[in-house]
Amino acid sequence: MTLSTSILLIIALAPLAGCLLAGFLGKAIGRAGAHGATILGVAVSCALSFWVLYQLVWGGAPVYNQNVYTWFEIGRFSASVGFLVDRLTAMMMVVVTFVSLLVHVYTIGYMADDDGYQRFFSYISLFTFSMLMLVMSNNFMQLFFGWEAVGLVSYLLIGFWYKRPTAIFANLKAFLVNRVGDFGFLLGIAAVLYFLGTLDYGTAFASAGSLVGRTLQVTQNTHWDAATVICVLLFIGAMGKSAQVPLHVWLPDSMEGPTPISALIHAATMVTAGIFMVARMSPLYELSDGALSFVMVIGATGALFTGLIGIVQNDIKRVVAYSTLSQLGYMTVALGVSAYAGAVFHLMTHAFFKALLFLGAGSVIIAMHHEQDMRYMGGLRKYMPVTWITMWIGSLALVAIPFTSGFYSKDAIIEAVGASHRWGSGYAYFCVLAGAFVTALYTFRQMYLTFHGKERFVVVHDHGHGRHAHDHAHGHAAAHGHGGADAAVSPEEHPSDEPGHGEPGVLHHPPKESPWVVTLPLVLLAIPSLLVGFLTVGPVLFGGWFGQAVRVEEANDVLGELAREFHGATAMALHGFWSLPFGLVVLAFAITTYIYLFNPALAGRIKRALKPLYVVLDRKYWFDTVYFAVFARGGVALGRALWKGGDAAVIDGALVNGSAGLVERIAAGMRRLQSGYLYHYAVAMILGLVLLLGGYWLIGQNGQ
Amino acid sequence: MFNHLLSLLIWLPIVGAVPVLLAGSGRPNLARWLSLAVAVLTFAVSLFLLPQFDAGDSAMQLVESHVWIASLGVHYGLGVDGISVALILLTTFVGILVIVGAWEVIQDKPHQYMAAMLVLEGLMIGVFCATDALLFYVFFEAMLIPMFILIGIWGGPRRVYATLKFFIYTFFGSIFMLVGLIYLYLKAGTFDLHALAALPLTLREQSWLFFAFLIAFAVKVPMVPVHTWLPDAHVEAPTGGSVVLAAVMLKIGGYGFLRFSLPIVPDASEQFAWLIIVLSLVAVVYIGYVALVQEDMKKLVAYSSVAHMGFVTLGIFIGFLLVRGAGNADAAKLGMQGAMVQMISHGFVSGAMFSCIGVMYDRLHTRLIKDYGGVINVMPWFGFFYVLFAMANCGLPGTSGFVGEFMVILASFSANPWIALFAAFTLIIGAAYTLWMVKRVLWGDVTNPHVAEMKDINGRETFVLLAFAAAVVALGVWPQPLVHLMDGAVGQLVQQLGVHKI
Repeated sequence: MTLSTSILLIIALAPLAGCLLAGFLGKAIGRAGAHGATILGVAVSCALSFWVLYQLVWGGAPVYNQNVYTWFEIGRFSASVGFLVDRLTAMMMVVVTFVSLLVHVYTIGYMADDDGYQRFFSYISLFTFSMLMLVMSNNFMQLFFGWEAVGLVSYLLIGFWYKRPTAIFANLKAFLVNRVGDFGFLLGIAAVLYFLGTLDYGTAFASAGSLVGRTLQVTQNTHWDAATVICVLLFIGAMGKSAQVPLHVWLPDSMEGPTPISALIHAATMVTAGIFMVARMSPLYELSDGALSFVMVIGATGALFTGLIGIVQNDIKRVVAYSTLSQLGYMTVALGVSAYAGAVFHLMTHAFFKALLFLGAGSVIIAMHHEQDMRYMGGLRKYMPVTWITMWIGSLALVAIPFTSGFYSKDAIIEAVGASHRWGSGYAYFCVLAGAFVTALYTFRQMYLTFHGKERFVVVHDHGHGRHAHDHAHGHAAAHGHGGADAAVSPEEHPSDEPGHGEPGVLHHPPKESPWVVTLPLVLLAIPSLLVGFLTVGPVLFGGWFGQAVRVEEANDVLGELAREFHGATAMALHGFWSLPFGLVVLAFAITTYIYLFNPALAGRIKRALKPLYVVLDRKYWFDTVYFAVFARGGVALGRALWKGGDAAVIDGALVNGSAGLVERIAAGMRRLQSGYLYHYAVAMILGLVLLLGGYWLIGQNGQ
Repeated sequence: MFNHLLSLLIWLPIVGAVPVLLAGSGRPNLARWLSLAVAVLTFAVSLFLLPQFDAGDSAMQLVESHVWIASLGVHYGLGVDGISVALILLTTFVGILVIVGAWEVIQDKPHQYMAAMLVLEGLMIGVFCATDALLFYVFFEAMLIPMFILIGIWGGPRRVYATLKFFIYTFFGSIFMLVGLIYLYLKAGTFDLHALAALPLTLREQSWLFFAFLIAFAVKVPMVPVHTWLPDAHVEAPTGGSVVLAAVMLKIGGYGFLRFSLPIVPDASEQFAWLIIVLSLVAVVYIGYVALVQEDMKKLVAYSSVAHMGFVTLGIFIGFLLVRGAGNADAAKLGMQGAMVQMISHGFVSGAMFSCIGVMYDRLHTRLIKDYGGVINVMPWFGFFYVLFAMANCGLPGTSGFVGEFMVILASFSANPWIALFAAFTLIIGAAYTLWMVKRVLWGDVTNPHVAEMKDINGRETFVLLAFAAAVVALGVWPQPLVHLMDGAVGQLVQQLGVHKI
């Protein structure tokens, strides 16, 4: 049994076909046509992805690695478009297409009243195509193509509601911050080509060993280790795409996009591209302890400190967004301790439960008529039971309750960090442990604020306003829960509040459970959120399931160490009940339960007591403020100075027009000599004669 | 076999301009259709280059040579290699689009406008075909005249300043080249470029000649600091003038380096390669920042052209570091190919960007960014093209803008990682100035009531933008055909990089 090129091509191109149909013929085929075409494309892609996974895992198919066509060939260098499909890729394909399919279905409900319905379907199918090109690539050029293409779609989707000033600010910011990462990424690719002479994965990994001992000369006397340079540069790309500190600032703002996108792109798939990339490059990373330490410290910092911000957020989507940042940090830490399989495993489980949490949040937002501020929710559990239960399942997975899928992946990461001896692992271990507590704090707080406690909204029966309650494209949601920092970041960007939406917490209809197209994806995501970890932890994490796709040096193999103590998924979960992380979760559960169910006033008192800390978190450590002042305003000021000073003053002013002016002045002087008046010339002649004769006379005098 | 294909290509549009002129202002539609017919015919003829041309052969092909001025030994010598063929195809392709683009936009003396465009097209093809230095010089200078007329007559309010600046700047530059060519003629007794390439020259002679050529071509490219004519010329030029200027005329500067500097003065070129590299990087970084703060869309795109053309000169001149320094001829080829692909790609992308700005200008009669905002609301199809070309301008993979930059950055890392670092900065700054403009022009709500009245693109405009889009995407998705076409010529150039004259 072997994988066929045509099937792989269909997997990649079917969503593209759907995208083109919905995008260019959207008017002609209508709404149903648009979602029909795109869902069909992604469904085909998803089914075939499962088939590919089946063939690889149970059918005994060998790894597929072939080029489809030559992109360029210059001398000994060439770049191709081609596919490398091993278990790592196949797993990513399944995750991407499965979540994408559910998000497509969900979108039918979520975007039902939006004018940009067809456009939205076109974009998410384009995203699926781009992401598949990224994960299926067998070379660095195509990787970069997919990498930037998903960035483009992210840009388009964050700015989907392009009338909102906040949305078009956020999408520009996201693109530019990602470009900072891509800047490093491209240099990393250039370094790979320089040292290994190829852009092809297979060839590059095969000769990775030749990097040992080679250096890059950066100044006369400074030489850097080749593998470290390559890996750090590539990881800078991952820091942009996977929103690692300090390039994480774009991800919370990306919540300006419609919720299905937050689930698909900014939680489940695109932001994990960096994690996937590092795992894919494990043959290179294994050569550099320095680079891995760097990866680990960055990841650990993100895991703890971005999670802390999540505690003070009031926007339901932003809590999930900061949670995503924190969980991406966990994956990155796992990469940093060489637990690549652990990172990818957490990537998979996280894709399910985080997509579930986002889509659940979206369901709440629909029910609340596009109110996103949790301070105006509460007690929603009786209005929307399916959303409530499925979100609890997602939350339990997120906080890593034993037996849920999140437990297997996250606990393994924490254990792996504990077992690692790499430089910085002590700090990382502290961060991931404290992060577990923080995760539980913001998660339970979010659940209580949303679904439990008193209702903090009022329902006013007012039948005249039915129309705009469903209008998605208003700037209303952006108005709350932003914190003061955003206003400081973008003073010229004020959300345009429409009249009639200025009263938070006032609904015109009571909240109700969302339609089946919305709840079905929730249920279908809740199942893997609960079960997939239990079912797959043995082989995937401890069984060397990825085979040759992930390479770990003997000395770094922390997962191998843990595997010796692994006696099945049930034993691991039972053991988990007696572990420190679970204790921290229970503690967080007790604290949040007491505060939000029994003593709501306490939250405000704590906030006042810890005012300085609250401000630090509310302002998100001032990253945005500083970046905006230095890079955005600073860049514009520098540009203006260079333009006015360099181009206008020096080059044009002094040189170009200056020399023109000089010629003019000389000419004006010359012109005065040629006045045309005879007497001027006569005087000049006489003067000249006198001077000449006088001169001769003087010379004659001296000569004698 | 018919062996005057190149002559036909040069003279067809120039002679074709005569009936267009004769149609007179009384029959504008006749003039339009005639000029379109000539442009399409020229494009069709240029397509015959492809089957006739052998990409594997690095020598000049389709050669024509006739004695022109016998007493001076000047020949009417024509010939093409892969690079010329690519540039000629670009010229004839753009030639059609500027005629269509000007269709009802130019109401004042359309016959003269069209005729000037056709003459310009013929002269530019002549530049790309000439194998005799004096013939090259004649085409190179003659080209200024129709462009001078185009800006001077159909230009904006400050057209007189702009045309004079444009003319004097470029003329100033080319005078030095003429002096250099006369010197070479006195030494070699011929203007034949092939013979001049074989002429032995001391380093001192080469250095003088290098700077003579540099001034001429640096102005044309344009390189910092002699770029300031370009924003002014673009702002005042009619849309078609801008398109031709950006898409084709700037390429003649880059082409000049390949035909003159590299083969005739290779050692001086190596000696001063660092200067060109530094100026190219300055173009990327400094001009990037300057572009960021432009308030006029045309100026912004003009500055972005300067930054993008920096990759052309960078890709050409890092070859010296790679071949002579590191002995890495393949990386040099990669850089050189990148430079060439960048030339072609920039032809499409900048032409498309200027066409887009023209589309908006025709509706609102302003090019200031602040006068727009929310254009996507009223012009969704236009918005699609605008975003596509903006992304190509930021070098997004899958568009042509990526290919050349990618190759040049990869190659320059092999020469020196610091060069690659500065070059790659374009990823950030290029996206910043392009997408910030997109944000302010396209996205947002409509605030200017005049924007609300803008109509989406019509069939004619769609045709132009679609043609550009097809080229941008095709080259981005599959650059190998273009790379293959130029492979022999690039190989030849890189081989010459390693040949010392002293």
